[in-house]
Amino acid sequence: MFGLANPDRFARFTAPLVPVLWGLAAVLFAVGIWFSFIAPEDYQQGDAVRIMFVHVPAASVGLMIYGALGVSSFFALVFRHPLADAAARAAALPGAAYTLLALVTGSIWGKPMWGTWWEWGDARLMSELILLLFYIGYMALRASIDDEAKAARAAAVLGLVGLINLPIVKFSVDWWNTLHQPASLLRADGPSVAEGMLVPLLVMMGAYLVFFLAVWITAIRTEIVRRRVVSLRARKALEA
Amino acid sequence: MLDFDMGKYAVYVWPAWGISGVVLAALAVRAVTAARRWSAELKRLEADPK
Repeated sequence: MFGLANPDRFARFTAPLVPVLWGLAAVLFAVGIWFSFIAPEDYQQGDAVRIMFVHVPAASVGLMIYGALGVSSFFALVFRHPLADAAARAAALPGAAYTLLALVTGSIWGKPMWGTWWEWGDARLMSELILLLFYIGYMALRASIDDEAKAARAAAVLGLVGLINLPIVKFSVDWWNTLHQPASLLRADGPSVAEGMLVPLLVMMGAYLVFFLAVWITAIRTEIVRRRVVSLRARKALEA
Repeated sequence: MLDFDMGKYAVYVWPAWGISGVVLAALAVRAVTAARRWSAELKRLEADPK
């Protein structure tokens, strides 16, 4: 496992994996969309429940991605491992995109269900917005420092600090009174979602997760290639 | 059967799905085009003896 931490070995190992992940994501999306539109209407939410099939996967996988970014930042900071830094960097954009989608689709669902697009005092909404700001801050910090090693260290510290927000997002619905409903999938007594809606939800979660893995691994591989290009350019500039 | 009639919620359901589709497609296109661009640049540099 740790052998894969070598960028060359990682590139060789993941070469056949990348097309498989893209293909699997496409199949899961096709099946997930099918299940999403044959699922029955919810007796309270009506057809608006179908927004949940894109909102919940974006929110939960967006949260997981920050976990991956934080753990990668830890390895990058403590062990100064270049692949860990590449992994953290490659996770930021898809993580920000997923979190943005969670906020936007949640807001669209909130209007007909709660009667409002947004509630500033709601702990879940605010902690999710803070998660998006951590992602944006991480990318902005990296972009603002020219020295790549310094940028990597500063971003890794910010990435680690942002981990504090993850339990706050997850448990905000239990710790405070919020408009947002409590957890309905990861519960001690099992999911509270009706089976007709649980199946499309789980398939779409699988699709969002595998799609992220495809984007992430492709982006890590690209980052390895980009670094080779940068060092080759520097060597050629020295030789010239 | 597939049911695409979202009734009174159509103005909420389709924008939510549409935005999700556009953002995910943009992520995929960006990842693949960046991979191709940097691989092509690496090949060009490695082929260039200078």
